[in-house]
Amino acid sequence: MGTSGPSREVPLTLKGSDGRRRVITAADDLALRMGVHVGMAVAKAESLFSDLVIMDADVRADAIALEKLALWGLRHYSPNVAADPPDGLVLDIKGAAHLFGGEAALISDLLGRLGDQGITGVAALADTWGAAHALARFGGQQVQIIEPGKSGEALRRLPVESLRLPPEMLPDLHLLGLDTIGELAAKPRPPLAKAFGNKLFRRIDQAFGRLAEPIEPVDAPELIKVERIFAEPIGASETIEKYTRRLTDQMCAHLEEHGLGVRRLDLHFTRTDNKVETIFVSTAKPVREPKRLAKLLCDKIETVDPGWGIDKMIMTAACVEPLTMKQTLASFEAPARPDMDELWDGLANRYGEDSVYRAISVATDIPERAVARLSPTSTAVGSRRNALYRRPQRIYRKPEPILALAVLPDHPPRAFTWRGQRYAVACADGPERVQGEWWVSPREKGKVRDYFILEVESGERFWVFRTGDGVHENTGSLAWYMHGKFE
Amino acid sequence: MSVASTASLTDLRHQIAGIERVYTRLRTVLPFSVPAIDDKLPGGGLAVGALHEVAGGAQDAVDGAASAAFAAGIAARTGGTVLWCFNQADLFEPALARFGLTEDRVVFFRGKDETDVLAGMEYALRHGGPTAVVGELAGLSHVSSQRLQLAAETSGTMAIALRRWRRHVDARDFGNQTTSFTRWRVTEIKSERLPVRGVGRARWQLELMRCRGGRCADFEVEATDVTGHITVPALLADRSVEAGDGHFRAVS
Repeated sequence: MGTSGPSREVPLTLKGSDGRRRVITAADDLALRMGVHVGMAVAKAESLFSDLVIMDADVRADAIALEKLALWGLRHYSPNVAADPPDGLVLDIKGAAHLFGGEAALISDLLGRLGDQGITGVAALADTWGAAHALARFGGQQVQIIEPGKSGEALRRLPVESLRLPPEMLPDLHLLGLDTIGELAAKPRPPLAKAFGNKLFRRIDQAFGRLAEPIEPVDAPELIKVERIFAEPIGASETIEKYTRRLTDQMCAHLEEHGLGVRRLDLHFTRTDNKVETIFVSTAKPVREPKRLAKLLCDKIETVDPGWGIDKMIMTAACVEPLTMKQTLASFEAPARPDMDELWDGLANRYGEDSVYRAISVATDIPERAVARLSPTSTAVGSRRNALYRRPQRIYRKPEPILALAVLPDHPPRAFTWRGQRYAVACADGPERVQGEWWVSPREKGKVRDYFILEVESGERFWVFRTGDGVHENTGSLAWYMHGKFE
Repeated sequence: MSVASTASLTDLRHQIAGIERVYTRLRTVLPFSVPAIDDKLPGGGLAVGALHEVAGGAQDAVDGAASAAFAAGIAARTGGTVLWCFNQADLFEPALARFGLTEDRVVFFRGKDETDVLAGMEYALRHGGPTAVVGELAGLSHVSSQRLQLAAETSGTMAIALRRWRRHVDARDFGNQTTSFTRWRVTEIKSERLPVRGVGRARWQLELMRCRGGRCADFEVEATDVTGHITVPALLADRSVEAGDGHFRAVS
């Protein structure tokens, strides 16, 4: 509502009409705590709570804002995002989750960003639009991720309200004693269909995934879009490739007119059976070279299932940034190596954004925290600490307990047993004392690890540590661990 | 052998070399700057646009620490950006700086399995942007090695297959035929005792197990240093003919 709205200290509700009377359609936290609930008659609320602020709900503005939010989702998360009015977004995150490091990470990123804007959100991930819609609103948890194939079970216990049915149908269903989706789905269909029409079972079938419900991505006129409609459906991958190249050429011509480069490019294939297959590529820096974009897209064409044929291809520049012309230097020196960004994009699009990285060392002595993984195009400079100190090139993610024989407090072990084999130590370096970082985790306060480099009789070199300084008991348990292997 | 037949032999060799595309690539080599090793390699160094295999000996066949250091040193000396492909969880990236692969020079690619590593390597080799591509692999079939070799040849990028196995018995796989130009085995041996407490520079038994156009050989070397070079231990260097003032390192 911006600055023109009432202050946050007063309880606020919005009113609208449910067809018969005027009711409260939304209430903020304060109002809810006072006892207002959505669906309450306005007259009742006014008489019960004198200091309640009641304003008219602006349904149109809400719808427009939701469309805007959907567009934001489209740019950030996935090529298939649509508004799910009155209060939801639906995202198809197939093929997009790995870019964020998994489904859970994508959802927490999404909710986190919404939270930054002051929007409290709930999310559910399921096999179908219907199931996700129901679970988000009636699942009772803030984040719910249902494993593939398990959506049906999760749905059965939810109330029939969650099925996106016309509101007038609900009281009749309750009258028949059908309160949950499970009860409803178990009933024989013909009598119910006669009473309620096809709509009822269409919604059930959509929720259970028996009926397709494609997500029509939010339409934004400001996005650059090129499309191609085929008189005869196409299916061969060579043909798809050919038209992908043509569309990319057109797209790049459009981008050039606007002086833009693309960061994410979506390609939707509408199949003859009305399903939409989508592929997309993202790049580290804005790109406008048709060849390069076409190559990235063509790498992914094999994941497209053309079914009985593809009717229409739509290419959308989902995320664009200004890109100015750059003159390439013609030099007499050795021919330049190909552009590295192209390689990083190629790998990232095939294997996920986090699979390609530069490792920057962080200023800490604790090896478990010493590496920051950044995008390969980043130019950040790390601390020299882990490069200059003698650190092994192989570190066991979980230090392995060893049996060691050593004189306390600061002598290296004479011999140790690791993975059932006994090693006699020939020479050693150390100790290098690493203190726990109490500012990261309070439990590490005062804890100590003493690291030793050991060379055994055969010439192998190990990195072992003892917890505790060998004098004070509260610094650690004096157990020995194998942590790494040197050259 | 008469002069005429020698001449015709040389002529034949040239003809064959002309047919073999790889021969021209052999001219660009990366020397170790250790004469004892470079002498054994055709062209005086490791062929640049070619596949090389490195594995650890003894326990290192599983640990892959010494072999990683050796591979990192070679990759570092190629001079440009290096792509390091792997799928196991125990690589400590900042430590590669000790062998010349500083953080601004190396980009990592972590695949979910070995198929990804192979495909990623091939993709990067064909692209030709990096000067060297290192891949940690347990299995390397003849066909896969051919693909890597071809990709390396076309772009002139060095490919290093860092062979490393989950179990010790699997290391027998290293005997199988591949198309790699050279095959190295690095085994840790006892280092020279320092006159004081502490651990000095590591020492390796370096076996050149296979070398296309060359012979097998064994060397005893000191581990890769911060510039990516290996050296011959001082004691042995003094005994060797080419030793001179015992200073071996040169710019490659």
